[in-house]
Amino acid sequence: MKIAVCISHVPDTTSKINFTDGDSSFDTNGVQFVINPNDEFGLTRAMWFKEKQGATVHVLNVGGPETEPTLRKALAIGADEAIRINTAATDGFSVAKQLAHVVKEGGYDLVIGGRESIDYNGGMVPGMIAKMNGLNFVNTCIGLEIEGNEAMAVREIDGGKETIKTSLPLVIGGQKGLVAESDLRIPNMRGIMQARSKPLTVKEAVDASPETESVKFEKPAAKGAVKLVDNVDELIDLLHNEAKVI
Amino acid sequence: MVLVYTESEEGKLKKIALEAVSYAKGIADAMGGSVTAVAVNTSDTSELGKYGASKVLQVSNSELDTFKAETFADIISQAAKAEGAKVVVLSSSANSKFIAPLVAVNLEAGYVPNVVELPQSTDPFKLKHTVFTNKAFAITQVNTEVKVIGLGKNSYGLKENETPLTTETFSPNISGSGAEVVSIDKATDTVTIADAEIVVSGGRGLKGPENWGMIEELASVLGAATACSKPVSDMGWRPHSEHVGQTGKPVASNLYIAIGISGAIQHLAGINASKVKVVINNDPEAPFFKAADYGIVGDAFEVVPQLTEKLKAFKAQNA
Repeated sequence: MKIAVCISHVPDTTSKINFTDGDSSFDTNGVQFVINPNDEFGLTRAMWFKEKQGATVHVLNVGGPETEPTLRKALAIGADEAIRINTAATDGFSVAKQLAHVVKEGGYDLVIGGRESIDYNGGMVPGMIAKMNGLNFVNTCIGLEIEGNEAMAVREIDGGKETIKTSLPLVIGGQKGLVAESDLRIPNMRGIMQARSKPLTVKEAVDASPETESVKFEKPAAKGAVKLVDNVDELIDLLHNEAKVI
Repeated sequence: MVLVYTESEEGKLKKIALEAVSYAKGIADAMGGSVTAVAVNTSDTSELGKYGASKVLQVSNSELDTFKAETFADIISQAAKAEGAKVVVLSSSANSKFIAPLVAVNLEAGYVPNVVELPQSTDPFKLKHTVFTNKAFAITQVNTEVKVIGLGKNSYGLKENETPLTTETFSPNISGSGAEVVSIDKATDTVTIADAEIVVSGGRGLKGPENWGMIEELASVLGAATACSKPVSDMGWRPHSEHVGQTGKPVASNLYIAIGISGAIQHLAGINASKVKVVINNDPEAPFFKAADYGIVGDAFEVVPQLTEKLKAFKAQNA
């Protein structure tokens, strides 16, 4: 089985979000970048396929050279090969188009993306790759088993889950549940050493003009101070008469 | 012309569908057009006119009783083409978020999810939406002829706008799907986080899964969904599906009550879209107090049962 895991290079979840250049771009100053958490669950699931059923795992990213440490981390976790598509990730559509091209070329059986990236929360790249290439697609995937060409996927729905029977080639939008948080792997020294000699191929981008453009960013308005109350009667009164939510 | 996909469940329109119609009407008014809704296997669509739809395309087909993203996306795309829609509005349910990128590719349309208000301008077409999991907003310009909008839950609200509604039967080509639902496992007796107007959430301060009875009881009095913080789901006290935060579920309820949750930045991001936040925590230094509207510094094991009792009385009085 040939697996591609699409990796988004995103600010760590603890990052303070600030903007620069007249609020037109994200301020990366002092920000630690990581593998997008939703993608990391998928990467770990891919490692299990590799170890239990045999698979080759490639990690793909659209971005400049600054994303390479994130790809190296994925290699240190156990991916066999990394491919960086050398262009700025401008909007979800153009990223999907770049990835769709590499996916088609690579003839992957399974493409794992995250449900959404935690930076722009687009949640569109896996679905678009699937649609562009005519592949099966399961979003918000929290469980996946593959036998031969057949796949059983569990999808999180509002208020529950559903089991979906589908087949390869398949694209999933993954999230926590594919593996548990405690299953995530921290690269060990051996993995880090090996990662240095694993191939990281830089591919030139194909023509893919973005459909949307970012104009500017805003931070939420500062919040007023919390109203502390002494007893539950007062709280109920405020929720009913002031906030009008009960 | 604005097309809106109005989701239903077991034949009944969902509240988010009516919110999406309200929003679509706002855009139609700004652009000088009307709203057409597309409804699949929905028994009663008369309510759509109340929120501003002029036309509903009714699709009835027993093959569509189970959700198939690709097939539904193809139906919506066909409806958009038939109506000459310039804007397609979807909600932020799990199903709509599944469909939206597929519709966008079908229609060669730019797609913006998590939109929080009407376009700032319609030429150029500029949308405000949440990014960085509610830690910020972005203004994004959509440059394609057709636009697909994912409306953030509870961000626009229901707006009545009585409009004469005509109903048409719509018979699209039903495309096959390579993915087939074989079973659904869904609690029918509890409120889901996605649909809930009130969410009651517990953290590590509750000390163990055996203490969740009081959370459930409070939720039941309020007709609320239950949720939890990440450590609680990681320790297996509660199922992953209840985990609220940056890597869990986002919550955009009217009221969010956090009990024994300190308020890590990732948790606060996940609940930031909720309108009113209440924190109950015995540590006055807990970061959640900075993010909340109302707070009680106190022991959850004393405060929560009291709150439940008093709310029961309040509900009885205001019933």
